[in-house]
Amino acid sequence: MSYEAVIGIETHVELKTRSKMFCGCSTEFGGEPNTHTCPVCLGLPGALPVPNRQAIDWIIEIGLALNSTIAEWSVFHRKNYFYADMPKNYQISQFDIPICTNGHLVVDVEGEQSRIGVTRVHMEEDTGKSTHMGGDGRIQSADYTLLDFNRAGVPLVEIVSEPDLRSPAQARAYVQELRDIVAALGVSDAKLEEGSMRFDANISLRPAGDDEFGVKVEVKNMNSFRSLERALTFEIERQTKALEAGDAVAQETRHWDEAAGVTHSMRSKEESSDYRYFTEPDLVPMEISAEWRDRIKAALPELPAQQRARYVEMGVDSVTATTLVDGGLGKLFEDAVAAGGSARTVSIWLTGEVTAYLRREEIEIGDTPLTGAALAELSGLVDAGEVSSSAAKPVLEGVLAGEGSPKEVAVARDLVQMKDTEALGAIVDSVLADHPDEAARLRDGDMKVVGYLMGQVMKASRGKADPKLANTMLRERA
Amino acid sequence: MGVPADLTIRSAGEALRSGELTAAQLLESVLNQAARTEAELHAYLTIDHDGARTAAAAADAAFEKGEDLGPLQGIPIGVKDNMVTDGVETTAGSQVLAGYVPPYDATAVAKLRSAGAVIVGKTNLDEFAMGSSTENSSFGPTRNPWDTERVPGGSSGGSAASVAARSAIAAIGSDTGGSIRQPAALCGVVGMKPTYGLVSRYGLIAFASSLDQIGPFGVTVDDTVTVLEAIAGHDPMDATSFNGPVPAFRTDLDRGVEDVRIGVVPELSGEGIDPDVRQAFERTVDALQGAGAVISEVSLPSSSYALSCYYLIAPAECSANLARFDGVRYGNRVDGSTVEEMMGRTRRAGLGPEVTRRVLLGTYALSAGYYDAFYGQAQRVRTLVARDFATAYESVDVLISPTSPTTAFELGARTQDPLSMYMSDVCTIPSNLAGEPSISVPIATDGSRLPIGFQIMAPALGEQMLFRVASAVEHLAGFEALSAEKVGA
Repeated sequence: MSYEAVIGIETHVELKTRSKMFCGCSTEFGGEPNTHTCPVCLGLPGALPVPNRQAIDWIIEIGLALNSTIAEWSVFHRKNYFYADMPKNYQISQFDIPICTNGHLVVDVEGEQSRIGVTRVHMEEDTGKSTHMGGDGRIQSADYTLLDFNRAGVPLVEIVSEPDLRSPAQARAYVQELRDIVAALGVSDAKLEEGSMRFDANISLRPAGDDEFGVKVEVKNMNSFRSLERALTFEIERQTKALEAGDAVAQETRHWDEAAGVTHSMRSKEESSDYRYFTEPDLVPMEISAEWRDRIKAALPELPAQQRARYVEMGVDSVTATTLVDGGLGKLFEDAVAAGGSARTVSIWLTGEVTAYLRREEIEIGDTPLTGAALAELSGLVDAGEVSSSAAKPVLEGVLAGEGSPKEVAVARDLVQMKDTEALGAIVDSVLADHPDEAARLRDGDMKVVGYLMGQVMKASRGKADPKLANTMLRERA
Repeated sequence: MGVPADLTIRSAGEALRSGELTAAQLLESVLNQAARTEAELHAYLTIDHDGARTAAAAADAAFEKGEDLGPLQGIPIGVKDNMVTDGVETTAGSQVLAGYVPPYDATAVAKLRSAGAVIVGKTNLDEFAMGSSTENSSFGPTRNPWDTERVPGGSSGGSAASVAARSAIAAIGSDTGGSIRQPAALCGVVGMKPTYGLVSRYGLIAFASSLDQIGPFGVTVDDTVTVLEAIAGHDPMDATSFNGPVPAFRTDLDRGVEDVRIGVVPELSGEGIDPDVRQAFERTVDALQGAGAVISEVSLPSSSYALSCYYLIAPAECSANLARFDGVRYGNRVDGSTVEEMMGRTRRAGLGPEVTRRVLLGTYALSAGYYDAFYGQAQRVRTLVARDFATAYESVDVLISPTSPTTAFELGARTQDPLSMYMSDVCTIPSNLAGEPSISVPIATDGSRLPIGFQIMAPALGEQMLFRVASAVEHLAGFEALSAEKVGA
């Protein structure tokens, strides 16, 4: 029997507000432990929360970008559970009246587009961080635990998808699209490695064609797009095997072990908590007026989907457009085009050579001296025939390595095309002299040898010959 | 006049400004009174001798330089120990916080300090303000200055007793279901709960956040007005703090009650009220009528459910509010082999039986499957209670009732029967559920020479009318406070 995967994802995004959700402490990442703290975010006796207006603005912005309905009236709830790094032993979160509901976004997997529902987007606060000392780093074997409350109270937005995803690749595309959206909005660093974007997945299998959902497993601890995809792929295999063997899949939470490439059972449903939600009496309900919502809507920046569509209209193919946007190369691309570069050529360089270079050197685009102007200049050099399209690649590498402008690199690396008729003529003549048989065929009007002779000319000129000019010269000698 | 400790804020203020008295002398008189009475009364958990003397000296220096921060400058005031004080131990009457020294001042405390007040110390209370007799303090009970075999009421029993015993000129307390008004009644002083949100709760160790409100104690209505003027006002640190113009509390104090429409609430003044209390109450109602007030009977039909409603909402909120006392970051920790065991042991050792009872009640009321029947239902009843008040205020300006069904009871009389203890607050709870202001004014003593309190309730932000009627009641009743030398004599 073949099975269909049903996947839903909960994504947590830390907002990059300057201060925390309910107090004035800095949200800056890093810092000595427990230096970005105050009575409020430490949950000291008597302290009270006051909401961060900027965070509310931004969650509305996220909701609008995800096509959600923005509540006119929304409340905070207390989510009660005991945990050592949660200062109040309750988290201020939202329950049945979140700020954003009923949204969606469109994901694209190799040209196939699907609409993925976004059930809700709500506001909450982050917890502190536990570091277990001694043993294997897990709490069970630790000698003691250190607590750092610098992250406690950082505004956190939770985005819950509908169970609309059907494959690990689609799940990955969904979270990437979310990342691109929050990055485009400028409301989060969206850095997976710093934990400013995290996700948990719910996955179940059902016989293909069935409408009923199977038993759901929650998978945690995936800290990259790749690990999400791997963990889900693993789970599909694991659950398929179980179902094929006639075993039941247990409803449970599983932990992804990145190194081993497997998931482990963490806890079963029976042990799951009752969070005893009730409205947070220290905060008043939020009334979000149409005017407030519309003001945010009017100021929304261009979203990744719109950006990609615009690039396609500029002549970029859709896969390249997606890579540009996902790779955060849009600005450089647009700068280059604005400076006169060819959209198609520049987009191919950025998603090809440049991306490969960044990956090889393990750096970010911002770490290189590459500018839109430089890309436009190089594009101009290729169009003018001063640099061949094959020579453009080493020129680009030189520019990325900080060797100077494209022109400077082309000269320094001796990659400027030979356009001097006399010098090129001499090379053409010597090639013809060295290949008398082909020269004879050429003179007999056999134009099929031009290609071969061109290759020889390029070789003799060490790639610098202007191919157009060389071609013309060969034909003149027919 | 006896000793300076017998003064009111107003009379002390006059003496301080005329040069008759220094703030240091006033403080020493108050500290002497405390030294003489505390062994028996135990109104204070902490007396901050050094801090108070420094503040009194600062007040004297200010007077000398002609600087005047207003009527509280140099006035010794007691602060209930569930309001945090920077550098001074704050326990909320609980072992779990014994020895805990907060790093900041509650807004109300900071406002008193910036008004030049002298904080004498931290007054005793039922643990985390849960109780009606101050017997739930884990540091031992406070006794009633009128009769030391009897309780002072609670939970702000220490604040009420300190003012009654003249070991403070005035005090502040907190009122969640009557915790200011009921001890004020039992100790023969004035105690007032403002409109919810009028005084910042920042730094008040929360019991039930949606009901808690800080308010003043004094020997006169005028004194409570003076303290409230100092502590009321918007605070950006409290999201539930009222952000609008503060009512003119004092304007109508001497206006009398002619044509004021006063409603007697039958549900709160009939059945279950001691005969002495009822008689004193009725005499005062007659006196008000004699003074020109228009008296009528106005029913609050839902008030019979108020007590049950309160004992679901308050425990539910407290179950979350007290979750932070887990031994992880502050307070007393009892070690265990796992975090959960450490938290459990810490809480079992640190929280007393009444607090534990309420945390368990609240946890249960919020649990999946019970939420709707208990907490959800209580919230709906709360709405009904508030609606009853709103309807009542369509026809009257204020509502009245006795503050407490009985006068002070003996220590131990109700400790084995939580329900009878809970009944102590039957008259005071409705105002908390509605978030509206209410005051208790002493009007008489009963056959055992124990004080009786008269409660006045007004609509939200109706403090101006509330104090107007309270002031009239005070004058009509002519109640005589204890004098310093009579306490413990």
